[in-house]
Amino acid sequence: MELKSKDLLDIKSLDREEINLFLDSAESFKEVTGRDIKKVPTLRGKTVVNLFFEPSTRTRTSFEIAAKRLSADVINFSISGSSMSKGESLLDTARNIEAMSSDFIIIRHSASGAPHMLAQCLKSSVINAGDGSHEHPTQALLDLVTIKERKGGIEGLKVAIIGDIAHSRVARSNIYGLTKLGAEVRVAGPPALIPAEIESTGVSVFYNLKEALSDVDVIMVLRLQLERQGKNYFPTTREYARLYCLTAERIRDAKEDVMIMHPGPINRGIEISPEVADGLSSVILEQVTNGIAVRMGVLYLLGGRGEA
Amino acid sequence: MKKILIKSGRIIDPVNNLDKVSDLLIEGGKVARIDSNISIASDTEVIDATGQFVVPGLIDMHTHLREPGYEYKETISTGTMAAAAGGFTTVCCMPNTRPVNDSQAITEFILHKAATEGFVNVLPIGAITKGSKGEEIAEMAELREAGCIALSDDGRPVMNGAVMRRALEYAKMLHLPVISHCEDTHLSEEGVMNEGLISTEMGLRGIPNVSEDVMVARDIALSELTGGQLHIAHVSTRGAVELIRRAKERGISVTAETCPHYLVLTDEAVTGYNTNTKMNPPLRALSDVEAVREGLQDGTIDIIATDHAPHAQEEKEKEFDNAPFGITGLETALSIALQLVDEGVLTLRDVIMKMSARPAMILGIDKGSLHITSVADITIISPHTAWVVDPVHLKSKGKNTPFSGWKLKGKVSATIVGGKVVHP
Amino acid sequence: MSEKVIIDSLGIGRALSRIAHEIIERNKGTEGLVLIGIRTCGIHLAKRIAEKIREIEKCEVPVGVLDITLYRDDILTKKGHPAVRKTEIPFNLSGKVVVLVDDVLYTGRTIRAAMDEVMDFGRPDMIQLAVLIDRGHRELPIRADYVGKSVPTSKSAMIKVLLSEEGLEDRVILKEEQ
Repeated sequence: MELKSKDLLDIKSLDREEINLFLDSAESFKEVTGRDIKKVPTLRGKTVVNLFFEPSTRTRTSFEIAAKRLSADVINFSISGSSMSKGESLLDTARNIEAMSSDFIIIRHSASGAPHMLAQCLKSSVINAGDGSHEHPTQALLDLVTIKERKGGIEGLKVAIIGDIAHSRVARSNIYGLTKLGAEVRVAGPPALIPAEIESTGVSVFYNLKEALSDVDVIMVLRLQLERQGKNYFPTTREYARLYCLTAERIRDAKEDVMIMHPGPINRGIEISPEVADGLSSVILEQVTNGIAVRMGVLYLLGGRGEA
Repeated sequence: MKKILIKSGRIIDPVNNLDKVSDLLIEGGKVARIDSNISIASDTEVIDATGQFVVPGLIDMHTHLREPGYEYKETISTGTMAAAAGGFTTVCCMPNTRPVNDSQAITEFILHKAATEGFVNVLPIGAITKGSKGEEIAEMAELREAGCIALSDDGRPVMNGAVMRRALEYAKMLHLPVISHCEDTHLSEEGVMNEGLISTEMGLRGIPNVSEDVMVARDIALSELTGGQLHIAHVSTRGAVELIRRAKERGISVTAETCPHYLVLTDEAVTGYNTNTKMNPPLRALSDVEAVREGLQDGTIDIIATDHAPHAQEEKEKEFDNAPFGITGLETALSIALQLVDEGVLTLRDVIMKMSARPAMILGIDKGSLHITSVADITIISPHTAWVVDPVHLKSKGKNTPFSGWKLKGKVSATIVGGKVVHP
Repeated sequence: MSEKVIIDSLGIGRALSRIAHEIIERNKGTEGLVLIGIRTCGIHLAKRIAEKIREIEKCEVPVGVLDITLYRDDILTKKGHPAVRKTEIPFNLSGKVVVLVDDVLYTGRTIRAAMDEVMDFGRPDMIQLAVLIDRGHRELPIRADYVGKSVPTSKSAMIKVLLSEEGLEDRVILKEEQ
């Protein structure tokens, strides 16, 4: 089994087998991360560049650790939006970086499709670490690994994704991943935060949280980006919380062994109540560990797509 | 001036109901004779048009020549060279230059440049409002006197209904059509592509059909109120087609155009974030494409214009969000229209009508037909010549075409403006 | 391709018994002894040797599993990465005598990778190597301590070890180009 692409840009274009290959590798790499010496020589001499146009300590660090445990060299470029608009274009920046012999470019960018643009022009493997409202494939893979570990599998699970679906790359990647692996996915939120024709991706849409949570195995709560206020997506965060905040009371509609996830960072009291958030901590830590294993697997498998 | 004899071509002139194989003689820059077997003097240049179409020169009502101000995107020289290559003998250039063409000085500059460096006729369109800011109407009478043949704030819709009302009233007095880029910018927000499944999947902000529809409705109502001649630019939605159809039934003075890309591409073409599929209005859904085609067939949509909007490569080589709207179109429009003939959507006569005769009527200019003594603006088309769109070979400075790599049929073999061969 | 069985089921059994005896003899018993099988055939062989040692010495020898994929020296040059599976060494290697078990010893590169990986798990007193087949053509200065059978081969030949654990009849096959 071989991957079709040198890049990991999205979950949408992966088939079921490819997703499973990533999940299985993550399991193997989790064993490596449990060793005393957590470093293997696999990518010795390879260069991984973290090209982050949006601040993100957690994802960047996770990729950095993953690359280092595979013995690759890691270079971090954090470029703020303002310095970018002054000068060099994204493509020029990336070409310059590739001229320094990068093998992997991991990009986080506020514009959807920015990783695609690089992938078309560069020989390096491009890994999307989150682009605009488009996708965040490694986050979805680590969510899938975490769900699989807890629930034994993905097929047949009922999963509710709650919140700002319209602007969430985590939601999109998870929708593709979960539906491809046979889960039943529901999305819930106020109408303006449910994007057009989302039903056609195979999910069902709910505006009522109680109905959305009925009998679900997994609840994924999305972060409500506070800059969405004042755009009339919803009247106030207060009213948003009133309708969509995940409280202990509301969870009772879900299955008894329901698993609650959040891609973080959390707005306590807005999308999730403090007591539910505290109960989350165990999964969040698991997600962090799995994140490193998933990213090691991604680097390893994409590395095998290089020039012979 | 040299005499030219176009020999044995199929002459198609919808206005004069002409469609026959014949010779056409140009003398003194005018159409002198249409007859079989015209004999010639030795100083006459002969163009053998056997197996080719000889049609009135194409007229593009919607071109961005970019000069003055954006010469790095296109100049009057390169833009009209592209027009000639695409079979257009007349182009109407939009006023969104820098500075905006809202004054006699800019109009005269454009006309002077066109006269000295241009390859085809250039008819400037003046701004509706000063600086196209949508606030105060421009000095339309002066613009008309300087040579503007229509008014538009293309790309920057007049959001204030009262301003649009006054513009239509005033333009009516001057017999100038007002070309409206119909878009409610509040509804399109910061959208970059059509709102629908594809925008959802790609995580790009959507522009809903309704942002076009409500403006079309408003402008039709204002045209009805004022009696002003309204021309709706680049129709892309099924809703707009229906609104225009009803307005025409009610006798409102409205005409409309669409562009080749709205006839052959849907928003699926955006998949892969190709910025050469980013234009405004955006590529829509299949049901819209079908409705726009129907609108063309039943005459709801009068003409096919290009909305030729060249941009520099470095501007388009950007993140989709940050790339400018617009694609080049002058050199592909005719072939795409001919493809629709092959598909049975349009007849050949329709194509010539919608790309030459009707634009001339809307603009009230004596062009778009081949009657004797008319100015010899003529396009000769080799209908079966196949070619592959390669941006490198486009005459326009703008290489931003969504049709790169497309195999098209039908190529312009000669473009004649005022009796002079300007292409090839 | 000609194909012939060079060791049959009985032959494999005898070879492993002999290796088990030699391991015990060389190490003077089983004190501090651990077996580590290299995926995939090496695991089965290691378990069989451990079983034979248990029969002879009446004591358990721990068996670990090594997946050397991440330590291969051709990983960056070959197209298409093999799936990575788990290494399972649930015991400490420091101060132990590690017997690596593999089916075929050929270039020696797999064993180089295996030794590197074992070293990352601790510091054994000694590493020894047991293989069912030694087919020659070494590319590294490595030799086996225990060999089931030495089989001279041409470089183009293929040797396949088939085992019942994989659902096949125990045998070793030599395929030779005509």
